[in-house]
Amino acid sequence: MSLRDVLSPYTAWKHLFEAPVTIKDPIGREAAERYRGFHQNDLSKCIGCGSCEDICQNAAIDMVPVSDPKTGDSGLRPMIDYGRCCWCALCVDVCMTGSLTMSNEYTWVDSDPDAFRFTPGVDLKSWDAEEKGYKRENNERRLTGTHRPEMGMLEPEARIASFGEIVHGYTRAEAVIEADRCVECGLCVATCPAHMDIPDYIRKVREGDYEGGLKLLYETNPFSQTCGRVCTHACETACAAVHEGDAIAIRWLKRDITDNVPRERYFDLISKPDVPETGKKVAIVGAGPGGLTTAFDLARAGNEVVVFEALPKPGGMMRYGIPEYRLPYDVLDHEISVIEKMGVDIRCNQRIGTDITLDQLKKDHDAVVLSLGLNQGRSTRVPGSEEAESAIDLLRRITAGDKVPVPKQVAIIGGGNVAMDIARSMARLQRQKHGEVGVTVTALEDFDHFLADDEEVEEAREEGCVIYDARGPQEIVVKSGKVAGLRTWKCKAIFDAEGRFAPKYDASDEMVHPAQMVVEAIGQSADISLLGAELTEKLEWNRGRIRIDQNGRTSEPWLWAAGDLVSGPDVIHAVADGHRVAKSVSAMLQATRETH
Amino acid sequence: MMFNLKTDRSQYPQPGPDGKLEIDLETGKYLKLWQGPNHPGITGNMSVELTVCGDEVVAGKTHVGYLHRGFEKLMERRSFIQVFPIVCRVCVPEPDFNEYCYAAAVEELAGIKVPELANWMRTLILEMGRFNSYMMFLGGISGALGLGVVGQWMTYVRDLMLDRFEELTGARIYHMFILPGGVRGHLPDGFAGRMEEVLRTAEKYLADVEKVMFRNAVYKRRTKGIGVIDPKLFEPYGVTGPNARAGGVAKDLRKDAPYLVYNELDFEVQTGKDSDIHTRVDVRYRDIHQSIALIRQILQKMPKDGPVMAKIPNVLHWQIPRGETYIKGESSRGEYGYYLVTDGSGYPRRINVRGPSYTHAMALLEHLIPGTNISDVAQLMVSLHTYPPEIER
Repeated sequence: MSLRDVLSPYTAWKHLFEAPVTIKDPIGREAAERYRGFHQNDLSKCIGCGSCEDICQNAAIDMVPVSDPKTGDSGLRPMIDYGRCCWCALCVDVCMTGSLTMSNEYTWVDSDPDAFRFTPGVDLKSWDAEEKGYKRENNERRLTGTHRPEMGMLEPEARIASFGEIVHGYTRAEAVIEADRCVECGLCVATCPAHMDIPDYIRKVREGDYEGGLKLLYETNPFSQTCGRVCTHACETACAAVHEGDAIAIRWLKRDITDNVPRERYFDLISKPDVPETGKKVAIVGAGPGGLTTAFDLARAGNEVVVFEALPKPGGMMRYGIPEYRLPYDVLDHEISVIEKMGVDIRCNQRIGTDITLDQLKKDHDAVVLSLGLNQGRSTRVPGSEEAESAIDLLRRITAGDKVPVPKQVAIIGGGNVAMDIARSMARLQRQKHGEVGVTVTALEDFDHFLADDEEVEEAREEGCVIYDARGPQEIVVKSGKVAGLRTWKCKAIFDAEGRFAPKYDASDEMVHPAQMVVEAIGQSADISLLGAELTEKLEWNRGRIRIDQNGRTSEPWLWAAGDLVSGPDVIHAVADGHRVAKSVSAMLQATRETH
Repeated sequence: MMFNLKTDRSQYPQPGPDGKLEIDLETGKYLKLWQGPNHPGITGNMSVELTVCGDEVVAGKTHVGYLHRGFEKLMERRSFIQVFPIVCRVCVPEPDFNEYCYAAAVEELAGIKVPELANWMRTLILEMGRFNSYMMFLGGISGALGLGVVGQWMTYVRDLMLDRFEELTGARIYHMFILPGGVRGHLPDGFAGRMEEVLRTAEKYLADVEKVMFRNAVYKRRTKGIGVIDPKLFEPYGVTGPNARAGGVAKDLRKDAPYLVYNELDFEVQTGKDSDIHTRVDVRYRDIHQSIALIRQILQKMPKDGPVMAKIPNVLHWQIPRGETYIKGESSRGEYGYYLVTDGSGYPRRINVRGPSYTHAMALLEHLIPGTNISDVAQLMVSLHTYPPEIER
């Protein structure tokens, strides 16, 4: 012990006159740039997917309804209870749209404890516009995957050589990666016309339980194999993942399930329920997706179901409208065989109105369901159009194996998916016959408003089709009784100020596309001649479509309508229609059983 | 003799033939005295039940349980990502170790490789955390001895470091920055410069601490030769870290089992000889300077750019294959570890936190207390540098 040890502690006094380091008034001290303070929610981005609620381990987030939701979202927004929030910001990290962020505001005094429970963005706060605060670095969503594995496909050279299926389907590893990205928000379920259990069957893919997945698929869709290939997948536009990256490949994952269950197992897994026969008979006109879904449901409920199909094989537009390279026929055959296994009697080559009358059907059955496809092509009615082919008619003939003319140059009028289908089908036939492709597509819409799917356009181009946008057909040039080309003008506008179809053209920008065949693919309508004049008169109509109630029943109590005739046109709407009609028919049959 | 016992012990209880004390409170010779759970001379929420005779403690029993939050059980009902915000709360003054151990355990079992820069950032954060933990320690030990001013200085310096934590991680206390897979962000612009300012201020204040505390006659009298831990106790009592290093055991997991980027850094294991309170504080004091040097080294050597997060599965349904692992590291108090068991589900089957305070604050302290003066209990306890939240979990 020394004198130094006694005096040394007094050196602390040198701090005596220094300014205090404590902050007199800490309220209002600005926090750091990336501080995790009170939340902000950009309502223009938030879709209410609830991923923030899922990840919050404190259950501090409740999804609550708001009065002005956007279409396609859940109508819910996160309400945060700051009595529970631990400021971990996982909700910000997991947010699927990047709408949820945190300000650097953290001091707030209020005597009302309930004030600390509010819905950011809805309940306006002073920090809503604060730019400082916690944001994801580079706005990257790192807690869930953002991009789908690329789908394996045939190379353009290989696929143009035949009508073989283009898409390979995912490998197991790819399917797991893709299924893993789903956050199970369920926005897709509401968007799907048939309300398929999408998050649940995606989970089955993840878990590798394909048989369980198939059972789930068939609960809502007896055309899952078809939809797994050609569905218009509205679900993917509603998918939460689409806002920052790719939507979950819902359609391909559905296909992954159906491809991974051996075909013979379908008949064990999708067995007919053990229900008593009702003794009721239902006739269904048209063996497309709508009619067959109705048949599937009604047969499983114990009714005797007969499906009348005018064409040689069942499937409707799925078979005669969709080219084989998108939907192989054996897939469709198998799918329909599962439906037949339920006891559905499908009678092909039975045209109602010709082979058997609708009155006869009405007499012989307790209910009749009309499920007609849009099998008549519309015409442009431009000069020479009587020489044009109809896309839908050509597609049917190609499927049926009929001989169709295959000239070296073909011009297509139309820019929708049917136009692409016929363009690509003709391209294949040209390749087989002439060794090269000579297809020109002329669409009224410009590329910014194109009707066909992007992938269809891209693939058609890869296969050698030439696509012109904003071209309006003026004349099908006929020379010596033979088609010689298609004359088009530049289309400046399609609709008038009131939104009516009234295309305006620039006559100075004229093109003549040389072609020995011109195909019109500008839309289809249903052939309703089978109804007969009397019934047509009796039925109520709505802008050319049969008027139906919310259950698919027409104004005639014995007649229902489903499929492209009343909605769509696509497979999944027809399936949804089929379920709706089957439910309604079942209810009616049940009621008559109870009253008689 | 281990303790400064008075020479005349006639008034004090005599041990029986088996060496145990017969304490009969009815005699009026003894007094039961509770130190804690709310007491300025206690480390956090725990208490010591003292039996005193005069001013000498003849027996002491440690009581914990005031801070039990059931975290380990809670975590078994949380998904792997949801555990992440919980772990830092296991140990309040040095939370980052929990984040690192848990993340590393998950990464090992899930087979995730962390980007190099993330490992440097993690090391930086752990050293910043160690520095802060020692700031609390110095404030605590000086407070226990009545040197309140050191506590104020250290709180100030710690606050400056918390400012750096705030700008780096987005929070001051519970940083929640070390995510399984990496870390949440890069260094903010100009961080190294601001950190250097903090380190210089710290060094200035530490120099003052040296004068006020280490060159203080009273401090020396009250810490030298007091609270000696016999090195023979290190093994059976599981003593690690500075407590053991002060007794001459040159063990430091940063050297012995290098993790993160410690094998790329230059540093020495700080040790002492006497194993008393004074040496334990001294070892930690030197460790603080080493942490400062390490922070400088890391900021200088770390890669300037690169990814900080590995690709991880969708955390909302993250399942980790069956397995178990134990991840350990050298915290400011000694060996800190996480034992994680997974069963292939989306939840941890078991998480066990090995905190050094568990052994140091309970069994070891109970062993050291008999024979001390009442006024020495506080600094004895603080000198073991224990954190009740980490005992209780």
